[in-house]
Amino acid sequence: MTEKTYIAAVQDALDLALTKDDNTLIFGEDVGKNGGVFRATDGLQAKFGEERVFNTPLAESAIGGLAIGLTTQNYRPVMEIQFFGFLFEVMDSIAGQMSRNRFRFGGTRQMPIVVRSPYGGGTKTPEMHADNLEGMVAQIPGIRVVMPANPADAKGLLLSAIESNDPVVFLENIHLYRSMKGEVPEGYYTTPLDKAAIVREGQDVTIISYGGGVPVALKAADELGKQDINAEVLDLRTVSPLDIESIGASVEKTGRVVVVQEAQRMAGIGATVMAEISERFILSLKAPIGRVAAPDTVYPFGQAENDWMIKADDVIAKVKEIVDYD
Amino acid sequence: MTITETNKKILDFNYQLAAQDEAFPTLQVLANDGSVVDEAALERTGLTDDQLVELMKHMLFSRELDIRSTKLAKQGRFGFFAPTAGQEASQMASAFAFNDEDWLFPGYRDIPEIIMKGWPVWKAILWSRGHVQGNVMTTDDGKDVHSWFPQIIIGAQYVEAAGVALGLKKRQKDAVAYAYTGDGGTSQGDFYEAMNFAAAYQANAVFIAQNNGFAISTPRDFQTAAKHLAAKGWAAGIPSVVVDGNDAIAVYLAAKEARQWAASGNGPVLIETLTDRLEPHSTAGDDPLRYRTKDDIDAWWQKDPLLRMRHFLTQRGIWNEELETAYIAEVNAHIDDQIKRADGVEKQKISDFLKNTLEVPSQVMQEQIAIFESEGK
Repeated sequence: MTEKTYIAAVQDALDLALTKDDNTLIFGEDVGKNGGVFRATDGLQAKFGEERVFNTPLAESAIGGLAIGLTTQNYRPVMEIQFFGFLFEVMDSIAGQMSRNRFRFGGTRQMPIVVRSPYGGGTKTPEMHADNLEGMVAQIPGIRVVMPANPADAKGLLLSAIESNDPVVFLENIHLYRSMKGEVPEGYYTTPLDKAAIVREGQDVTIISYGGGVPVALKAADELGKQDINAEVLDLRTVSPLDIESIGASVEKTGRVVVVQEAQRMAGIGATVMAEISERFILSLKAPIGRVAAPDTVYPFGQAENDWMIKADDVIAKVKEIVDYD
Repeated sequence: MTITETNKKILDFNYQLAAQDEAFPTLQVLANDGSVVDEAALERTGLTDDQLVELMKHMLFSRELDIRSTKLAKQGRFGFFAPTAGQEASQMASAFAFNDEDWLFPGYRDIPEIIMKGWPVWKAILWSRGHVQGNVMTTDDGKDVHSWFPQIIIGAQYVEAAGVALGLKKRQKDAVAYAYTGDGGTSQGDFYEAMNFAAAYQANAVFIAQNNGFAISTPRDFQTAAKHLAAKGWAAGIPSVVVDGNDAIAVYLAAKEARQWAASGNGPVLIETLTDRLEPHSTAGDDPLRYRTKDDIDAWWQKDPLLRMRHFLTQRGIWNEELETAYIAEVNAHIDDQIKRADGVEKQKISDFLKNTLEVPSQVMQEQIAIFESEGK
């Protein structure tokens, strides 16, 4: 075990994937010499060469098309979309093409593509850079959406995503990149996709979150613990498809649920989690399901960002409301 | 003080526009009456008499498939179909220049090219009906067909072809990716992005823009202010040529030389073929007389690529009416057989859709599979 930042764990995974399989290619805007604008690919081109790690011209749709085409030559493309706010430019390649191709070819061709992108906010990027569009991507059939919340998962889940024969949108939290450190196992290991994890045990209430919402939920849970409310925190890790089994087990244990997401409230992951719980486990509930989410506005940049983003206090207030419900 | 001649030219915007005509002459080998206008170019194709006859048969096959498909669509026995009459030289003669190892990226009107590559007609029929079994890209004897299914989003195949082209270059293969779109498709962002990427990587791609006059009802002149679609390739820094798209020999020559250039690692080429869609955009209710005149259509029928090729081969003594009649009968018997085969394919199941969506279905998908299977769907 070594203590690593979230971004160092991502870089470690990319390094190991390139070492393990010559068919793995990394490409995107500025990922070469510059090592990516966040330095996730720092040093990889120097180590593995320009054939394996290379820059692209500035055009997201073609980056997606390139990934799809490269699979015909048995490559395993790991493409980077520099900021998730640029997703719209590559939406046809992701939603219209790579995600549908297994279905369209009757299951006879594979799309082992990873779309890496930083998402979320809180780092004062310009407008249209930060965004929480995971709900939009999660609605696309034929694609997985993976959102790690800590360095160890970032590494293990990324290696699983690269091993997957299906396309995976792998979202890295822009704020956690350098603000979060954690123990990361050495060497090559994988963390299973489609599996949630209990990151804090508790009996009174389940806080369900993912990605950047998890540290906020954990902070709230620690504070609540001091007030004799013992919250369990479930990290979804893969937000599409959902691990219904793990969600159900925790809901049945605590009977009370608060869903926490960084994204705007409308539609999205939290809404789906709530719907699945309502449909499957409603008799286990002792209170309505609570939700903490960002306001339904455009993602603000600059000064308003801090006021806009969800906070531990919001989670604490919502949990108390749910726990006090008779 | 007077402005220098060079600066005068730079600032003469009328000259800038007019210069395009000089830059993009139209490649032609056969005249409309089938006579050869450029013997050296014909020789440069290297086509033997047998190959010329084979090419004629591919073009005739395409025309017959077009006629039958239109009839069958009216009877409700086909699904979506985009007529191809008039584009036989542009489509079949270009595709004739590529080989099995090359990767084809077709648009929705490029069904005949995929069939030429080995995609059975019964699968093409299933594709038109929305049956995914049609998209399993193998020949009847189980060989892989290096082709994508016909693309509906008409720029998407271009960026994907750029990816294949880069992969082929990386694997150092003597092969290319060749992609088709229409004049409307050249307005898509993906068209530019693909050429730009392929050129930046000097990848093994041949891009074919079939300028058939109309994108549904929007005429070519309204599609873009560019005088030549080929000029768009120059912006990406790639060789770009204009070809008489109803002249099978010229189209073949351009495609063959483009393939050789790209496969040798020199980077991509763009070919604009000047042709015409003689029929509606699709069999789903389009009426061309709402947006073009009968005279215009009739004039293009006079330039039918089949007429030109038929004259040429007949004058050469390697083609006649008897051969044509016999071949048409053969094609129609084959299509009849293939329709029966398509009709006999088992109906699709929703449970199979779910199984084919992800390699490992999720818990919720597994529940859905179980429900649909219990209902026999």
